[in-house]
Formats: sequence, structure tokens, C-alpha cells
Amino acid sequence: MNMKTMEPIGRPRAFLTVFLKEVKENLRDRRTIISAFVTGPLLGPLMLVMLLNITLNRQFDKAEKPLPVPVIGAEQAPNLMRALKAEGIVPKPPIANPEAAVRKQDADVVLRISPDYASAWRKGEAVQVEMIFDSSQRDADAAVDRVSQIVETFAREQGAMRLVARGLSPSTAWPVVAAKRDQATAQARAALMFSILPYFFVLTVFMGGMYLAIDLTAGERERQSLEPLFSNPVPRWKILAGKLAAICTFATASLLISLLAFGVVGPFIPTEKLGMELDLGPRFAGQVLVLMVPLIALLAALQSMVAAFAKSYREAQTYLSLLLFVPALPSILLSTMPIKSQDWMYAVPLLGQHLGIMQLLRGDGVTLQQAGLCLAGSLAAALVGVLATARLYQSERLAISG
Amino acid sequence: MIEVKDLHKAFGAVKAVDGVSFEARDGEITGLLGPNGAGKTTTLRMLYTLMKPDRGQVLVDGIDAAQDALAVRRLLGVLPDARGLYKRLTARENIDYFARLHGLPEDLITSRREALVKALEMEDFAARRTEGFSQGQRVKTAIARALIHDPRNVILDEPTNGLDVMATRALRQFMQHLKQEGRCVLFSSHIMQEVAALCDRIVVIANGRVVADESPAALRDQTGEANLEDAFVKIIGSEEGLAA
Repeated sequence: MNMKTMEPIGRPRAFLTVFLKEVKENLRDRRTIISAFVTGPLLGPLMLVMLLNITLNRQFDKAEKPLPVPVIGAEQAPNLMRALKAEGIVPKPPIANPEAAVRKQDADVVLRISPDYASAWRKGEAVQVEMIFDSSQRDADAAVDRVSQIVETFAREQGAMRLVARGLSPSTAWPVVAAKRDQATAQARAALMFSILPYFFVLTVFMGGMYLAIDLTAGERERQSLEPLFSNPVPRWKILAGKLAAICTFATASLLISLLAFGVVGPFIPTEKLGMELDLGPRFAGQVLVLMVPLIALLAALQSMVAAFAKSYREAQTYLSLLLFVPALPSILLSTMPIKSQDWMYAVPLLGQHLGIMQLLRGDGVTLQQAGLCLAGSLAAALVGVLATARLYQSERLAISG
Repeated sequence: MIEVKDLHKAFGAVKAVDGVSFEARDGEITGLLGPNGAGKTTTLRMLYTLMKPDRGQVLVDGIDAAQDALAVRRLLGVLPDARGLYKRLTARENIDYFARLHGLPEDLITSRREALVKALEMEDFAARRTEGFSQGQRVKTAIARALIHDPRNVILDEPTNGLDVMATRALRQFMQHLKQEGRCVLFSSHIMQEVAALCDRIVVIANGRVVADESPAALRDQTGEANLEDAFVKIIGSEEGLAA
């Protein structure tokens, strides 16, 4: 080595150096890779498809398939049996203890026809048909609805025939008819089921940057590399900027993978069975990305800030898992409390993204004003978060490991 | 050349450093000697601008650390008390990272790094990721990355801590080598023999104050003790925190 005095060399590369090193280092960490590129982004789409497929297919299977229903006293009511059979119900032999059977889910519903059905029918009196079921068994709902509709329709038809036979118009008995006119568009109906989707996106962004954010402060401190790092002739804010950029890059990559996965699995969601439309294509993905960009920066800053308070990697992990519940709040609130969305809500970070993505899912689109509010609000919050983190990063105590 | 003038630093009510002044000259090895908790690490941290002194001044080659911290950091090669490496990067990549943060051009990085790898006898493990490195391999890597920008002034905080005999010996030779190159070498230690064997000047710190600033010979004369260890005990006034 020579001893000639070195002139300081300009260092516009400090930011890039930190950024590239963080990316390279984290790409070598299996835990980060799995969290950012596999579990984080793919869990959402997979869960959604599986859940929807199971619930939808069950409902539809039951509606279309022949439904076996044990009937007690079938011989009393051959006319009702014919009506049931015509609608795909398969009467089964009676069972001894119908109450226990439905509770044990041996049968979804059991019909009990009263023993005096035949004689009452002949006299033109009202007769009773009991439906025994257990409403706490979700599976039974479709079967119960189906059987009760058939029975009611049969009753109304027979009633109408009796009135006609007595020379009266059937409308005498039904002076008011309620007609349902559902204004929900196909997309809107789907959106209700997909209200959890915005949370998946936020979760993905969160998981994508999480391990990097921990590493940024708590990790560096734990492995005692922050002090040597700060002894380099680079202002701390540049180091922070490089690291935040790395977090944002991983988070964005996670989000992109997630959007891609939703685009791929979208066609496998059996929405057409419900007469719904759901467009998770490139247009949707692009718009979601725009809405989410400021949130990526905000979450990166928040995660780094929270991790900076932790003394160790483990502690940081605990804090961050608690922080993970915060983005869930708007989704949970909105799905339990049907609040009418106001424009100002778009300016609230997280809430704005949730509302915006829901609008996109509904197929209504987001107005420029709403998108502007959403971006401005989240960007402002992100800026505050980054500045607060930068301030924290300046603190003398931060670098001291011991 | 490092000049320290009347440094003070308190953490709450605890005065960690309470008026420390000394000089470390080019072409000399200066030892900062003191028992554990005497304020050595805090003093050094103020030198390499990790901490701001409450009072006092640090000059490195005439540049005031309070005025231009970045310029001072450029002039210093630092092996801090914390010497963590990035475990998923190889030793070479760890060194290169710091070299780039110093803004060195890539061709210079390669030649400097390889020179250091050779000088520190790191050839066997330089291409390996640092996870699982021995204490000696870690310290060598940390020293290489601290010296990659060829600094005139070198600060080493307890460099031989945790090293075995062979590694300690090699490190001492390396420090002599740095001195021969005309650099200003400042290191802290709580080990008497080490300081005695290496230093041209000894700055003894106890309770945040400089209690002696002499050559080893002068230190013996001053205390009237033929043995440097006895001299040390006499100066700091107790045997507390003194390691063999």
C-alpha cells in the first residue's frame, strides 16, 4: 500500500451501493425469498380460490343434484311426493329418530307428514308438513331452502286450484305480491365476496418487505454491523434511502407476483355459476398497483421505524406481527359495518386503498378525484413516515450495539 | 495525526468521558490503556464521529470532526468495538461494500482488496461467506474492510479481543507494519503486555480521565516501578478491571 494522501472521491454511488448490496444479500436469504415471493403473494390467491370453489360448488351441487330426503309418512301424500320428485327430490324411507339424524348430519333435512294428511286433504282442511333440520349446520341451508320452496309452491298451486274450483280468483287469497328487483350488478355481487381481497394485497406488501425492514435496524444492530457501517463517509440518510428503496423493491415485487397470481387464478374462480363477472386482468392489476404505490413506501417506513425500537431481531419480528393487524382494520370494519363511503375516506391511507380496490372489483371504476385523494393522502403519510424514520436513524443511540 | 482536546461525554448522570486530551502521531502506535468501563470505547466513538462530544474537540489531520464529520471519516480506518460482518456476503464482498461506500473506483477496489487479503493472509477464506467464520477470520475481514480506502489514520478498538495466540501475534505484526508505513495507529486495550510490547506512547484512561500520557519507559520512571503492570496499577489506583 502506498501512503499518498487520497483525495476524497465523489460518491454519488452511495445510495445505489447500499441498495444493490441489500438486494443481493436478501436474495441469498431463503426466509426472505419465501416470505416475499412465495407465501406472501401466493397465499391470498390460493386461499381465495379454494374457499370460493368449496363454498360455491357445494351450493350449486346441492341445487342441481338429486337430493335424497327421508320422508316419514310418504304414503299419506302421494300428490306431494310427485311434486317433490318432479323437482329432483328423492324420497327415502323414513328413519327412526329424525331429530338425532339431522344433528349428526346423516340427513340435511327430514320431512314428516302428519298421519291425518290424507283424511284432512280430502276434507279440504289445512295439513301439516314438518321439516326437521339443524340450522347450525351451514351445509343444510341449501337443502332446507330447496325443500321448503317446493312445498310452498305446491301449497300455493293446490290452494289456487281449490279457489278456482269454488269459482274464486286466486288473487283473492294473495292481495299483495312482493316482487324482488335486485339492482346489484353481477360484479357488485362478486365484490361482496371479494371484500377480503384488498387486505390480501396489503398483506403481500407487508410480508414482502418485512424481513428487510427488520434487517435494516434491528438485524444490523444485532449482528453489530451498524457501527462499522456508520463509520463510512456516507450520510446516514443516504444509507437509509438505499435500504428503504430495497424494502420497497421487494414489497413491489411481492405485489406484482400477487397480482399476476390473481390474474392467473381469476378464470378458475367459478363466478359464472353465480352469474357474476370478475375482471382481475392487466387493467385491474395496473390500477391496483397505482393505488398501492404510496402505501408501499408508507409501510416500508413504518416497518423500519417499528423495527428500530426493537433490541433484537426476534423482538422486531414480534412488533411487526402486531403491526400486521393494523392494515386489517379497514377491511374488517368495512365488511362488518356497512358504512357508506364518503370521498374524504379515500384520503385515509389503507382505507382509501380498500375502498378504491373494492370500487375496481365492483366494476364501477375509481374517479379521478378519488384516486387523487387516495394517492395524495397516502403519499403525505408516507412522507411523514419516511422523515420520522430518518430522524430516528440520526439518533446516536441507534448505532450502539451494546 | 489525531488530536483530542478536552473531550466530555455524559450519559444521563454518568460521566463516561470527563476531560480527555491526547495526541496520536503519524508513524507511531499509540495505546489507549484502561480498565473495562474506563471510557476508552466512548472516546474512540467520538473520534470516528459516531457520537458527538458534549464538549471538546477532535482534530484528524487538522480537520475538526464537528465541522466536517464526513471528511474525518474519510481520513480514518476504523475497527470498532462492534465488528459485525454481513453473513450472507463473502469476505471479499464485505470488503468491496465498504470500498464502494468510500467511492473507490472498481479497478482500485480489486487491487487494494487483493493486497489486503494477501497482507492479512486471508486467501483461504476470502471467497467464503462469512457465516461461521472464526473470531480471527472475522477480525481480519473487519480490518481489511476498514483499511480498504488506505487511510492515514487507523483506529482499532480492542483489536485482539477474543483472538487466539497465533492470531494475536499476526495482528501485532500487522500493526507494526502499519506504523512502518508511516500511519498514525491508535488502539485501545485493557491488556498491559500488549500495550507495552507495541506502543510508542501510552495514554492511560481511568474513570473517564487521562491519568498518564507517556512512553512506556517514562511511565516506569514516573511511577518508580520497574514492572509496567505495577506501574499501571499504581497509576489507576486500583486493580479493578485489570486483565492479565
